[in-house]
Amino acid sequence: MFTKKSSALLLAASVLGSVAFSPVALADEIIKLATTTSTENSGLLGAILPTFEKQSGFEVQVIATGTGKALKLARQGDVDVVMTHAPAAEAKFVNEGYGIEPRGIMANDFVVLGPKNDPAKINGSKDVNQAFAKIAAKPATFISRGDNSGTNMKELAIWNNANVTTDFNGYTAVGQGMGKTLLMANELQAYTLTDRGTFVAYKAKLDLEIKFDGGEALANPYQIILINPKKYPDLNHKGARALSDWLVSPEAKKMINNYKVQGEQLFKASQK
Amino acid sequence: MSEGWLVLLQQAFSLLLSFDPEVWSIINVSFSVSFAALLITLIPSIALGFVLAFTQFRGRWLVTNLIQTLQSIPTVVIGLLVFLLLTRNGVLGDLKWLFTQKGMILGQMLICAPVLVALSQAAFSSVDRRAWETSRTLGVSWPSAVYVLCRELRVPLLLAVIAAFSRILTEVGCSMMVGGNILNATRNIPTAIALETSKGDFAQAIALGLVLLILALILNFTLGTLRGKAMPRSH
Repeated sequence: MFTKKSSALLLAASVLGSVAFSPVALADEIIKLATTTSTENSGLLGAILPTFEKQSGFEVQVIATGTGKALKLARQGDVDVVMTHAPAAEAKFVNEGYGIEPRGIMANDFVVLGPKNDPAKINGSKDVNQAFAKIAAKPATFISRGDNSGTNMKELAIWNNANVTTDFNGYTAVGQGMGKTLLMANELQAYTLTDRGTFVAYKAKLDLEIKFDGGEALANPYQIILINPKKYPDLNHKGARALSDWLVSPEAKKMINNYKVQGEQLFKASQK
Repeated sequence: MSEGWLVLLQQAFSLLLSFDPEVWSIINVSFSVSFAALLITLIPSIALGFVLAFTQFRGRWLVTNLIQTLQSIPTVVIGLLVFLLLTRNGVLGDLKWLFTQKGMILGQMLICAPVLVALSQAAFSSVDRRAWETSRTLGVSWPSAVYVLCRELRVPLLLAVIAAFSRILTEVGCSMMVGGNILNATRNIPTAIALETSKGDFAQAIALGLVLLILALILNFTLGTLRGKAMPRSH
């Protein structure tokens, strides 16, 4: 175990070192990957991508943003490949001819957090729709990311399935990333929907507990999608394909399954 | 960009002119919070500026320099300070002001007060002290003497007010941190622009940017006119 200080120093040294000594990568060796803040914040990509880079000789540059913007960047041909977690938006992206060969890489799940005393009594609900309906009926404070991220789209889909409109007193759209949203929910002692990974990473800072989890409706599958060469012939399609192939290889699957934060496995590699 | 900028501009204008409720709620939050912060700090700040310019006391130099320094503190640092005060386990946690407009007003007061004090002090220092002393010896009461002085200095004082107002209307750091960017409650123009840009939706960001631009134009024209009136005409 490193102490905080020494690992920070190591990090600084390695960053400086790589800046000072790495030969500048040629344009066709760089893969620009647009992905979501959850994969980046959980540290998964930092743990597995260096192995791919060593084996393939490509350099992956990660642009971490919300799912909505990641797909938009891909649509505009600003990146070479995209990895997101919003099935409906991804299907649209593929059907409109921008994306090709979507592949499921891995999944984690969403959980509903709430204050320890559970004012809306959602613990023990039969499914997530019922849990959400109870929050709106109370009405308890619910913090929504409100930023078109995959998590935000998931949350809106649940309200929709629960036949609840989000104009109840206590619905709070904050337009922030997952981490900031958790801190706000903690301050206001509110309910919120989060991916398990970010919750585990922030657990120590939070006075909130998982009040509902499990069930098919809260599954959170991640896909990698290549960009159609017919739309943008000049992107790094060779690199994008190499990355996509490697991510579904047995080696990558093993690394994904073995990646743990604070002793908890965050992602399950897909079984295909 | 897949969307041409002309299309974006057109969308932006239609958002503004069709009175899109979300856009106008954001504009309303911005102005009501910033006006409140400005009005609360206005009189005390100008009074302090007056005191610093017209009186001699021990520590005056220190206070003056402190205020000059406060002017240049980044707004995110003020935001951090207010956040730590208002957080659940903070000193003022019981107020429950974090992520409310009241919290934002507090932050903006701390940002605009130093600007107002420093600029009004400069304005008062530029006046010939003898005019002040003469009017006092003629038996003019304190308040009316101050009033006459302020009328005399209305252009530089108004400049101070506008500088302070534009600083708080356009700052993003403190509002984002203390307000939390909550739609229809604490989402103001700068935090909304930051959010929409991060979402990749530029139309609303441009619409709100236009509002700020138009406001800047109006303020500058007003100032220009005032300055023109204040200048003695040369024939």
